[in-house]
Amino acid sequence: MNPIGAVARNTFREAIRDRILFSLVFFAAAMIGAAILFTQMSFAIDAEALINFSLTALTLFGIIIAVFLGNQLVAKEIERRTLYTLLAHPVRRWQFVLGKYAGLLLTLLVNCGLMALAFVLALSYVLHGTHPGEGNLAAALLFIFLQLALVTALALLFSCFSSPVLAAVFSLALFLVGNFADDLRAMGRTTQHVPAKLLALGCSYLLPNFSDLNVVTAASHFQPIRLSLVFLNTGYVVVYAGALLLAACAILEGRDLK
Amino acid sequence: MIAIECTQLTKDYPVGFWRQRPRRALDQLSLQVEAGEIFGFLGHNGAGKTTTLKLLLRLVYPTAGTARILGKPIGDPRLARQIGYLPEAPYFYDYLTCRELLAYYAELAGVAPATREADVRVALRRLGMESFADLSLRKCSKGMLQRVGLAQAIVHRPAVVFLDEPMSGLDPIGRREVRDLMLELKAQGTTIFFSTHILSDAEQICDRVAILQQGCLRGMGRLEELLAEPRPEVEVVWMPASNRPLPEAWASAAQLLSQNGQRRSVVASCELWNWLDALRAHGGRLISLTPLRRSLEEVYFQDAPPKDASGGAA
Ligand SMILES: Nc1ncnc2c1ncn2[C@@H]1O[C@H](COP(=O)(O)OP(=O)(O)OP(=O)(O)O)[C@@H](O)[C@H]1O
Ligand SMILES: [Mg+2]
Repeated sequence: MNPIGAVARNTFREAIRDRILFSLVFFAAAMIGAAILFTQMSFAIDAEALINFSLTALTLFGIIIAVFLGNQLVAKEIERRTLYTLLAHPVRRWQFVLGKYAGLLLTLLVNCGLMALAFVLALSYVLHGTHPGEGNLAAALLFIFLQLALVTALALLFSCFSSPVLAAVFSLALFLVGNFADDLRAMGRTTQHVPAKLLALGCSYLLPNFSDLNVVTAASHFQPIRLSLVFLNTGYVVVYAGALLLAACAILEGRDLK
Repeated sequence: MIAIECTQLTKDYPVGFWRQRPRRALDQLSLQVEAGEIFGFLGHNGAGKTTTLKLLLRLVYPTAGTARILGKPIGDPRLARQIGYLPEAPYFYDYLTCRELLAYYAELAGVAPATREADVRVALRRLGMESFADLSLRKCSKGMLQRVGLAQAIVHRPAVVFLDEPMSGLDPIGRREVRDLMLELKAQGTTIFFSTHILSDAEQICDRVAILQQGCLRGMGRLEELLAEPRPEVEVVWMPASNRPLPEAWASAAQLLSQNGQRRSVVASCELWNWLDALRAHGGRLISLTPLRRSLEEVYFQDAPPKDASGGAA
């Protein structure tokens, strides 16, 4: 019997029963539908705008769902003390963290998979099946999922030592700041002021880099996305999220559950 | 065999926002619980009962001291299978039903898939939960949740069960059912360690109790020993002779029980014969004699005066 698997399955089961989640997915699908309607009404079928809009919507809703889920299912579990009975069973704390993460990723995969499916169907309807850059779209969708995986790991880490609300605020804030990691790095490269340069560069490397994961513009303009970027981004997220999870395990393992 | 053993278990909680000071919740608790025993852990609000249980379950870590359960140190991962735990005011996953929750916990506890469903059914029946087994936990009342909590603590047939105020939130029938359940578990050889501040519950079922006051152990032992009277007394119910006036000293010491003139006096055992001789000389009638046993409540309040009382005396 693998406790990580059992926790993951239970997390998934609990998540898919939460109605708020469905309403979010529904809302995202509705927005994509509305976008199609707009492009239809304007008679100029604008694939670019549709892709741009849908991918952005997908990212935002995915992030909201990820933070919400991480918050609901981990921070609340600690705060409401459902964790007490769980940990009285043969489940170690690190197994709880990893099981939760796996369950959350699975939930996100299903949710965002549904949204992505809606988006791809809409797109192929608008473009009548033929459009360039399918590989691009696939990469863009993968990158969105990588962003979600990273945000979930952040939410999980913060859930291990702060209140549910703070955990949500922290992880959203880091997502926003992380979207400017590239700008920060560029600033660090150009500035002459040494302390500012060090600070900007240091932060840009330490912060979760969400800007490199954001290829919405490239995808909507059908610019090719290099295969190396796919590997680099995937590796980056695996390492970064792994470190976050490690920290989460260590923090939860060491603290008193009050 | 010793099932639970605490040695000098101490816990300080940091309090204060900026400058954290330690606040002692439990002070060098040492106790031993025999296997197969029902052990009652008594104490006022804030005495440290929950803290002790959380220490034993490794939910919080001790500042000092050690503990062993079934001979293994409490950090031992093999231990978890043999332990059941009901936390104080339990709360569970909103979106599962009672049955699903029990199945989940049974799975985690390593109950084989083949027997899992049957075990869950047994636990549901034992706690009288059949009528709401498929209700989602969000819709359960407080007493229902308490039953769910008890059911999850026993579904995997643990050898040692820790119950934090198992009767809280239950109606009178529920309390009796839980008492019966605990006796039933004991008959099967389960060790039960439970905290409570309801003395009558403890009095009825505990083999031994420990009394905790502000984190310090104030008394521990078999109930008969704790309840044994240092200066034994006897309650005498008697009827004065109708034709003779009652001696003044007697009338004031005795309590009038009923309209027909029965009186109740409490007499020290060593004085009893003299007292009875005097009653005979007076011509009164003896109705009943009952040796007095202290109730647990008296022991408890003697050992652990309520905070406001001690404050008033100081
Ligand atoms: N998380 C915490 N942080 C700081 N102090 C705490 C914490 N938990 C408990 N305490 C303190 O520890 C002491 C013992 O608390 P505990 O919860 O063990 O009492 P209890 O005996 O279970 O009381 P009750 O009958 O009310 O459940 C109390 O003084 C309480 O204020
Ligand atoms: Mg308590």
